[in-house]
Amino acid sequence: MINITFMVNHRKHSLEVKPGEYLIETLKRLNIHSVRRGCDTASCGVCTVLVDLKPVPSCATLTARLAGKNVTTVEGIHDEAGALADYFGLEGADQCGFCNPGIALSVHALKQQSSPITEADIKQALTGHLCRCSGYVSQVKAIMAYLKDDAHV
Amino acid sequence: MKVNGLFKPKTLDEAYHKLTEHSKNVVMAGGAWLRLSNRTVEEAIDLSVLPLSYVKDRGDVVEIGSMTTLHEIETDDTIKSLYGGILSQAVSQIMGIGLRNVVTIGGNVVARHGFSDVITPLLTMRAKLHFYKRGTISLEAFLDIRGKTTDVLEKIIIPKRKAAGYFKKVTKTALDFAIINVSVTCDEEGFSVAVGSRPSVGQLAYEAMGLLNQAKDVDEKHIDLAAFKAADLLKFSDNHRGSQAYREELTAVYVKRGLLAVKTCFNQRGGHDD
Ligand SMILES: Cc1cc2nc3c(=O)[nH]c(=O)nc-3n(C[C@H](O)[C@H](O)[C@H](O)COP(=O)(O)OP(=O)(O)OC[C@H]3O[C@@H](n4cnc5c(N)ncnc54)[C@H](O)[C@@H]3O)c2cc1C
Repeated sequence: MINITFMVNHRKHSLEVKPGEYLIETLKRLNIHSVRRGCDTASCGVCTVLVDLKPVPSCATLTARLAGKNVTTVEGIHDEAGALADYFGLEGADQCGFCNPGIALSVHALKQQSSPITEADIKQALTGHLCRCSGYVSQVKAIMAYLKDDAHV
Repeated sequence: MKVNGLFKPKTLDEAYHKLTEHSKNVVMAGGAWLRLSNRTVEEAIDLSVLPLSYVKDRGDVVEIGSMTTLHEIETDDTIKSLYGGILSQAVSQIMGIGLRNVVTIGGNVVARHGFSDVITPLLTMRAKLHFYKRGTISLEAFLDIRGKTTDVLEKIIIPKRKAAGYFKKVTKTALDFAIINVSVTCDEEGFSVAVGSRPSVGQLAYEAMGLLNQAKDVDEKHIDLAAFKAADLLKFSDNHRGSQAYREELTAVYVKRGLLAVKTCFNQRGGHDD
């Protein structure tokens, strides 16, 4: 077992992890349930979390490598994700909602970009988040509208 | 993959010795590809703790640390300026940003995936690899070595040249592996043409390159012949993404488009064509 200390949603956690334990499993142990297991091959984007504000697939990230890092899940950006969800609702951009937490985190990461965010940036940020309901057009519109009102475009 | 232990080396020397200590010890870069395997790893040697993530402009060459992620490569201005930015373009087409924040150039090169969208452009950029023990070898020489790599890749070295480049990845769907990928460049040494995902790993099309580089003038006839030679003489085969015949057809078309795209650079370099 390996002892590690890292931050999850601004809270410090010190715990023992197996060398082969993936972050998605550790987050479940920490009672964080927004992170879903999809393909389990780092292909679908559903299990996306932020590590030091960069989106990564938690199913392919070993927890033991995260000492000193900051992990953010959708619980850590609760109000922001709620605001984005309103825009998704207005545009009819979500149906089953399975991919939403991962997308909300990628939008949060995109907002850290210093240059103005373009539609192409949004499309690029959504690549790798598979959605089987929406067809993406309404999601792009919703994110554009949200960022505009949030003054990032 | 089952991992029994995680080793954090303090130096490349420690990483190398740990790797050679046990046949079931492996170097772990991004770990995304290793994760998909069924192997049991005795100790995973975590390279992320070493300072191997960088892009350094050394004047005549650019050095890329083996742990540099594909997203870092995609967004780096120095790399965007090399060979018409083909490496940045190629990596930006691999999956999504989340995966590209994890996977590394070193992992891609050492894994020698047949579908690699990184190896194909690197071949035409005359890339060299620097390993901790073995020293520097060309990428082509590395691809010829069979079996497991028991060394640690430290960096990839790309010459800085006035050059033009073209890259094309042909896929069935946006995020899929390539049916084929094609890279064409032109620099002061002439044209380079490489085709990957044949479905085996990227390879330079020497006959096509020879034909063009020996010509006094490169006109459309030479280009047609070179594209035909690349399709005819490289080895292609079938898999569920495409047949051998389809890959040959695609190769002829995209090698031609690539040569047409970079031809001006050839004509400008030494006056073969007025
Ligand atoms: C879902 C998915 C889709 C992908 N799609 C594509 C695609 O379309 N095109 C494409 O080109 N690639 C694709 N890849 C591959 C990806 O780009 C990387 O090549 C792959 O993940 C390996 O990089 P890594 O950093 O994860 O390496 P790891 O998984 O950590 O390592 C891969 C291998 O390389 C060895 N290794 C790594 N670094 C070194 C080093 N410095 N020295 C010595 N040995 C080393 C490891 O021991 C291991 O054997 C895909 C990967 C995944 C998971």
